[in-house]
Amino acid sequence: MSNRVFVGLLLFASSALAQAPQGDRAELRALQAAVTASQSAGDNAWMLTSSALVLMMTGPGLALFYCGLVRKRNVLGTMMQSFAMMAVITLIWGVCGYSLVFSQGNPFIGGLDYLFLNGVGADPNPLYAPTIPHQTFMIYQLMFAIITPALITGAFAERVHFKAMVMFSVLWTFFVYFPTAHMIWGTGGFLNAYLGGRIPVFDFAGGTVVHITSGFSALVAALYIGKRAGYPHEKFVPHNLVLSFIGACLLWVGWFGFNAGSALAASSLATSAFVATHFAAAAGAVSWMAAERVRKGQASALGAISGAVAGLATVTQGAGFVKPFSAVIIGLVAGSLGYFMVTTVKERFHYDDSLDVFGVHGIGGFVGCLLTGVFATRAVNSALKLASGQPAPLGWIDGNPAQVLNQLAGAAVGIGLGVVGTLAALKITELVTPLRMMEGEEATGMDLSLHGEEGYNFEG
Amino acid sequence: MFKIEAFIQPSKLEKAREVLQSIGIDGLTVSEVRGHGRQKGHREVYRGREYDVDFIHKIKLETVVPDARKDEVVAALVEAVRTGAIGDGKIFVSAVVDVIRIRDDAHGESAL
Repeated sequence: MSNRVFVGLLLFASSALAQAPQGDRAELRALQAAVTASQSAGDNAWMLTSSALVLMMTGPGLALFYCGLVRKRNVLGTMMQSFAMMAVITLIWGVCGYSLVFSQGNPFIGGLDYLFLNGVGADPNPLYAPTIPHQTFMIYQLMFAIITPALITGAFAERVHFKAMVMFSVLWTFFVYFPTAHMIWGTGGFLNAYLGGRIPVFDFAGGTVVHITSGFSALVAALYIGKRAGYPHEKFVPHNLVLSFIGACLLWVGWFGFNAGSALAASSLATSAFVATHFAAAAGAVSWMAAERVRKGQASALGAISGAVAGLATVTQGAGFVKPFSAVIIGLVAGSLGYFMVTTVKERFHYDDSLDVFGVHGIGGFVGCLLTGVFATRAVNSALKLASGQPAPLGWIDGNPAQVLNQLAGAAVGIGLGVVGTLAALKITELVTPLRMMEGEEATGMDLSLHGEEGYNFEG
Repeated sequence: MFKIEAFIQPSKLEKAREVLQSIGIDGLTVSEVRGHGRQKGHREVYRGREYDVDFIHKIKLETVVPDARKDEVVAALVEAVRTGAIGDGKIFVSAVVDVIRIRDDAHGESAL
């Protein structure tokens, strides 16, 4: 805020000095350059921090969250699925991924202007983030591309071959992530509300791009690949909820980078998104615990952390558009709905979405997408302007109920592309290598069968 | 000589050790084991899915004592670990034919 006051003073001074002598003008220009540089420094510091926070969500956040929920013979294999994404998707992003999402292309996929990060340097890209180096924007967005396929791995935990998982994830990223991200965030994207889209969808930090796509793809993958051997008769008890607990808390903290970082500047909008994120997480935890207390008589640790993650996933889409108590409502819905999904619905339909990616991220993302259409308000985010220059009404509470339909269209695109792209990626992978581990390998566990290691060696 | 094997609640291990030490039983082996008696297991719930845990964590405490001290040691152990609730555990006593101290090849009770 003080920055703005300073800029205001500067503008005042600039008009007063309009007829000033040459020397003063030069001084003024130097002052303006210094202000720009200091804003850029502040924004860049926050965005580099946010980039690191979002990477921390995948490793160790998600890796710990997931690995604690599986049996101990699969602890390393499960962590490796997330970690492999950190390595593999990074390279693909540099080669062509960033370009396919963020360079000028057609409404559905970006072009090849930034192949091998060509032209992605220190100068800002004014289309996306005018105050930070283009490279900062690129590395920040990469972290989202990493966590999205990593999320899916929870659906087919404990049974998929490492090689198949890597190949599937790479194909999936091309078939689903790059097009969806381009459509919603890329310039000229079909669903981009700001940069020339046909249907304006508000997705602040990836409710659709990350959570709907990964969540619905996860369901398709779990159904296609099939249940774990012995499911549901044998025991699939989480082997170490302490690890999951630490992972979930790291996710919560990392999510500040994910959502508040999506302001792409160290601005008051970042603060607003930070606050909404935190309130939704808290409400999600309370809501899930309350549902458990009512249904089973006890609130559990796993329930509390699952509720927080559900709240976070559900508020992602609207984080930079909604007020704090809209975020509380979103979180309350997310917690109870998540509990209902992973208990009642999963039991009823007998699918083995092992770590509940669909129930938490898919359904959470979907509901969060629609609720963004309800609660988005120009009082929080005034970036979208009417022709008159006034901030445009955003959601239903701004008097724009049609936005809910726009959001629904965005969700439908994410779901449709997720289903079709996942099936295609699975079919192609299957032509090259078996998706599942062999029966004996599955019984032995991923750690020994796929990696030749064990997570816990207490002897010696 | 008799081997005394006591299956006890993990929370009672420290008290059992203190009591045995106080009456001069120095040799002791402890293992973490799982099992169930008539008590059976308990139920755990993870994300709404219920699992029966059949085998409960117990501590197995083993010591070998001279013939003359068997009853005294058993009584002290029972006194130390009993709560009166189901799941307190069991003690098995069996005869031991010989004991050999590896360091100096001593045999019998003197090797204890």
